[in-house]
Amino acid sequence: MTTDVTIRSEARFSAPQYAICLAGIIWREGLRFLHQRERFISALVRPLVWLFIFAAGFRQVLGVSIIPPYETYVLYEVYITPGLIAMIQLFNGMQSSLSMVYDREMGNMRTLLVSPFPRWYLLSSKLIAGTAVSLLQVYAFLFIAWFWEIEPPPIGYLTVIPALVLSGLMLGALGMLISSVITQLENFAGVMNFVIFPMFFASSALYPLWRVQEGSPFLYYVCQANPFTHATELIRFALYGQVNWISLAVVCGCTAVFMVGAILAYDPARGLLARRGDRGGAA
Amino acid sequence: MQAVVSAVLGVAIVAGLSVPAHSYTAYISNEKGNTITVVDTDKLQAVRTIKVGQRPRGIELTKDGNYVLVAVGDDDTIQMVDTKSGEVVSTLPSGPDPELFTQDPAGNLLYVANENDNTVTIIDLQKRARVGEVQVGVEPEGMGISPDGKTLVATSETTNMAHFIDLDTRKIVANVLVDARPRFAAFKPDGSELWVSSEVGGTVSIIDPHSHQVIKKITFAIPGLRSEAIQPVGISITRDGKTAFVALGPANRVAVVDTGTHEVTKYLLVGQRVWHTAFTPDERYLLTTNGVSNDISVIDVGSLKVIKSIQVGELPWGVTISQK
Repeated sequence: MTTDVTIRSEARFSAPQYAICLAGIIWREGLRFLHQRERFISALVRPLVWLFIFAAGFRQVLGVSIIPPYETYVLYEVYITPGLIAMIQLFNGMQSSLSMVYDREMGNMRTLLVSPFPRWYLLSSKLIAGTAVSLLQVYAFLFIAWFWEIEPPPIGYLTVIPALVLSGLMLGALGMLISSVITQLENFAGVMNFVIFPMFFASSALYPLWRVQEGSPFLYYVCQANPFTHATELIRFALYGQVNWISLAVVCGCTAVFMVGAILAYDPARGLLARRGDRGGAA
Repeated sequence: MQAVVSAVLGVAIVAGLSVPAHSYTAYISNEKGNTITVVDTDKLQAVRTIKVGQRPRGIELTKDGNYVLVAVGDDDTIQMVDTKSGEVVSTLPSGPDPELFTQDPAGNLLYVANENDNTVTIIDLQKRARVGEVQVGVEPEGMGISPDGKTLVATSETTNMAHFIDLDTRKIVANVLVDARPRFAAFKPDGSELWVSSEVGGTVSIIDPHSHQVIKKITFAIPGLRSEAIQPVGISITRDGKTAFVALGPANRVAVVDTGTHEVTKYLLVGQRVWHTAFTPDERYLLTTNGVSNDISVIDVGSLKVIKSIQVGELPWGVTISQK
């Protein structure tokens, strides 16, 4: 991809060259995704299991109430759909991070990181590629959910895109940050236990926060501080053509923080890689 | 690319915007709040509250649209509310504890079910005077009048019967046994069928008004709900006679029924303990009163979707909507 480019100072690359680099990374991520059919299917089955089985059982437990952005009573299935969309993106972000660990172990990352493009640009491209893949998964899920009578207003399918991009970037950046400290593939189970589950359960994905507050005020604050809650709420509002400004601010802020963290962590000079003595990415 | 995206967005936004609905006025009786909430059906919001007597339930506009009639059961009367001033201007002499009533097609006579003395009172709306009485079963409630104005049906909650009353002779001509606690009676617009909902029985009986036979019983089943929670009450049938909406009480659902096959095609989630329903005159919306959650839900009849729920007074019970 970049072998014919002699190493020059970073500033001299033209916009088309940057575009070629981004396209290459997205293409590779897309190929990897398409070739791993099980990954696509599992990305789809996971939220569908929650939708068909969990939600059916919980229908009566939760009761009914009207909270924004909803204007009337909604079935539990409708309530948890935005949370499940965010879950798809959370898993995708973590899996993308897993693939970076794999790349590092297998040496593929060397190819990527010896590229003369700036490190931040490569990592951002990777992030955008991962988010693009998560969008495919989300729309496949929404398509199936539509037959389950989860029918947001048609305009919602468009207005949700910016929210999906933002939340996908945030969760991807978080995954990238985490991947920088994982040295082995096997550690993904740890990620599940210490990142995915706590983030998913301590959020507004499965139950409205007023319900959580009734049960435990402490948990309510935990949920409110959880960036995943805000990703879910951002998606929930966007799916109904509305903006939740607080969630928007939190998601943007967290994306920036995680992203900067990941770039620093992957910087061979001062990042965690150097500290851990891992020379896998040193250019 | 940007131009394409903005064009697509533009089209989608225009398509998403709805044509403004004609503004009608809905009146909701709040049984516990002793008020009527006035709702604008275009803005879909409550615009006014009118204080009335105690325990308002049955509510209907006079045919000329000048008065709202509301049965205030604990005051043993029917109050007339001027729709312009929002004041109670007169009362009508019903029997004790009036609950539901109906008017003849011309709007001259009012037939009132008095829950406490097992009678139907007939009131002349011009003279505002009682002109007749018919003895029926115990605790009469549902009142349906045939489109030709010749037959009145009163359902008695405790006797579990639909009483067919000939309005010329004012005599009962048939008693049809239905399931427990019949609450409401509605004729199909062409007069070919009478639908009677049984709250405790959990069914809607369809009766042939000529042979006085029950020809079909509609039952309801909602996944995850106990059958006791399904208590049919209010019924609204579209003018073309093709679709019926049945409020299912504590099931918090309105059943959509195909009147040709008598099968339920869909259940719509509304507020808690949905009781009565009414169409806007253009049949664009169906409004439902939800007693326990103190709100009304608005169903878009075309798309069969619940689009909004609006807070009203305490324990909303009945609803009527202006023709203009």
